[in-house]
Amino acid sequence: MSAPVATEPKPAPPAVETLKVKVDGLEIAVPKTMPDPLTGKPVPTTMIQACTLARTDVPHYCYHPKLPVAGNCRMCLVEFGTPAMGPDRKPVLNPDGTPKIAKSPRPAIACATPISPGMEIYTTTPGVKAMREGVLEFLLINHPLDCPICDQAGECKLQEYSVDYGQATSRFVEPKVHKPKQVDLGPRIVLDDERCILCTRCIRFTKDIAGDDALGIVNRGSYNTLSAYPGKAFDNNYTLNTVDLCPVGALTSKDFRFQMRVWFLKETKSVCTSCATGCNIVIGAREEKVYRYEPRENDAVNSSWMCDSGRLNYKWIGAENRLTEIRRQNPGAGGEKITWTTAAKEIADRLLAAKPGTVAIVASARQTNEELFLLSQLAKKLNALTDSVPRIQIGDKLLLSADRNPNSNGAKLTGIAPAQLGSNLRKIAEGIGKGTIKTLLVFGEDVTRHGIGADLLAKLDTLVASEILPNQTTKLAHYVLPGCAHAEKRGTFTNGKGRVQKFMKAVEPRGDARPEGEFLHELVAAVNGNPGFTSIEGLFNWMAREIPAFNGLTWGGLGDTGVTIVLPS
Amino acid sequence: MIVKRDKLTFWERLYLPALVGGFQVTWRHFSRTLFRGKAVTMEYPEQKWVVPPGYRGAPYLVKDQEDRTKCVSCQLCEFVCPPKAIRITPPGPTGAPGSGNVEKGPKEFEINMLRCIFCGFCQEVCPEEAIFLMKDYSLTGTNRQEMIYNKEKLLSLGGIHQDKIQKWKHKADEAKAQDVFPVPPAK
Ligand code: SF4
Ligand code: SF4
Ligand code: SF4
Ligand code: SF4
Ligand code: FES
Repeated sequence: MSAPVATEPKPAPPAVETLKVKVDGLEIAVPKTMPDPLTGKPVPTTMIQACTLARTDVPHYCYHPKLPVAGNCRMCLVEFGTPAMGPDRKPVLNPDGTPKIAKSPRPAIACATPISPGMEIYTTTPGVKAMREGVLEFLLINHPLDCPICDQAGECKLQEYSVDYGQATSRFVEPKVHKPKQVDLGPRIVLDDERCILCTRCIRFTKDIAGDDALGIVNRGSYNTLSAYPGKAFDNNYTLNTVDLCPVGALTSKDFRFQMRVWFLKETKSVCTSCATGCNIVIGAREEKVYRYEPRENDAVNSSWMCDSGRLNYKWIGAENRLTEIRRQNPGAGGEKITWTTAAKEIADRLLAAKPGTVAIVASARQTNEELFLLSQLAKKLNALTDSVPRIQIGDKLLLSADRNPNSNGAKLTGIAPAQLGSNLRKIAEGIGKGTIKTLLVFGEDVTRHGIGADLLAKLDTLVASEILPNQTTKLAHYVLPGCAHAEKRGTFTNGKGRVQKFMKAVEPRGDARPEGEFLHELVAAVNGNPGFTSIEGLFNWMAREIPAFNGLTWGGLGDTGVTIVLPS
Repeated sequence: MIVKRDKLTFWERLYLPALVGGFQVTWRHFSRTLFRGKAVTMEYPEQKWVVPPGYRGAPYLVKDQEDRTKCVSCQLCEFVCPPKAIRITPPGPTGAPGSGNVEKGPKEFEINMLRCIFCGFCQEVCPEEAIFLMKDYSLTGTNRQEMIYNKEKLLSLGGIHQDKIQKWKHKADEAKAQDVFPVPPAK
């Protein structure tokens, strides 16, 4: 992108010394140190990190780039060599002048061994292959091979590496060690101890990242068993991340348990809407049904995690009582189904007939930047009083923000909401009470729960409500417009730190529902005669030109992980 | 390429002798069928062809000798089925209550016999030996809906399969001997 995009001021990274190492013959320069995943302090770069930089895959179970190193699974064993030193502490040279490499007699685990200058790492030798096969055979000794009933099947590292390094038959004829199955580990997690390969990723996550030292391993040898601390429930708000981390099907989600096989799920990049953090997610859907959210890595926002409450907040998308019809209602005396064209025309006529200053708009900070921008265009033309509803609760230190709106900043930047969200709501209520406000547009909120009661709504000449699920406001509205969940449309949110992130469409809207932006585009075009843009790309780029904070952004330039803008203070 | 045609002989050019010869064959079969009861055709559908072993007919679900529905709803057959004839509804978190260590079974299992091409992939992929192509080759119905066989129908048509391995029972017995089962049920 050429335009100057404001990004958060980053301290220039200190110049890191690099080392030259060879990975399978490919020489690359690798930083001497890398930040520790927990403290961020520089720690020596390991072989596995060097291999990752050289785009060489080293199979591993216990290593995870975001967790402290444990080095217990031995799957990452590699062979290596270092430059040979003569008795004079000078490198020994080959006849052709290159340094002579002394191959180490023993392999090393790539996840925990630091690199040294001139090191050569070998990941494809017959020895390495044999070691991988051996480790895998050991891991499978007591493994139950539950794949047909295991929710991990299809995304299981044990399955994947078995394809690469497994044996077709087992040499183990003794009875397998049996361990507890179907263990109720916590309110959201089921544990199958037989499938656990004791990598301790879950233990490290919950202790070091979530700060809840709830899990541990008890007993010895083949009887090693993962367990929650006796009498302590594994119930912090981040437990489901251990399900993602678990390389096998030992920890599985109760919510997703036996719902769908993972290979049927279509994955769509999206953003969680449950708070202002805006964790990046992948929506797993099949045949227009959303089955799960999973976190998507974005180091500027959520690392590789998301909270349980956000992850499980998707059921409403498939709710039975979704609004699916465009309706013209005579509150208290029934209503009828109309088309989008009729609705757009009639609402536009009513707005054009309204005297300036008699219109108010309550938009939702759960709407996208683009929708809020279109509403602000309407508001400008109609000189409308606007606001959106604040949702402040208690946040935590890790991800969950106290602001439970995903797009409060979008609402502020587009001018729909004042600096203090919700401070105009009282004025709107008073205006309706006094009769100065005759028309109210409500998008995605139930205003009866936010100070504009049913008695006030009854005084309005026109009440338009765009909603996803029915509520008190839609019951009283003259026009009900069925809206789309974020999973059913494209758009962008601006998170609490000013990161503008886009999300993609995972499923089709229900019934006649239609992305709010499309309808608003028609309405804006009819009211102020500006045809605007029908495509989300055009709309976003138009918005980015109009709103100073977004200047320089483009839809394409947002990429998958978004761009951080400077929020006006 | 030019194919050289032999010239027809005088006898062949007469045409009628050939006609008579043909008619003789027809007559021979006609009289054999009529007077000696030696038909070469079959009176389908009153008479049915007995298919040889290994024939691939319609796929049905089976139970084992202990009356357990063998399918565990792994959905591999649904995935592999080329014309997408199979549709499985997984059981959800409750699994298959009462199935012990099997944990899981299909809530619903449908095969659209109008789509099925009797390829046998489902039988081949099934890790549980739960679905077999049987000997039925002629399925009829009066409407399309009728041709979608549900779990109940597939199981009743499939019958019992004598399972020699009984892996789940074996696993449960082995675990019981080690004093691990019964496990605390998932809440
Ligand atoms: S953990 Fe992996 S290998 Fe083990 S039963 Fe589950 S899918 Fe199969
Ligand atoms: S439950 Fe999973 S993540 Fe935890 S130790 Fe076992 S295999 Fe590793
Ligand atoms: S036989 Fe082939 S087409 Fe028929 S259900 Fe099985 S996999 Fe599908
Ligand atoms: S492959 Fe076998 S066990 Fe799996 S769903 Fe099909 S019939 Fe059931
Ligand atoms: S990944 Fe290195 S020992 Fe487990």
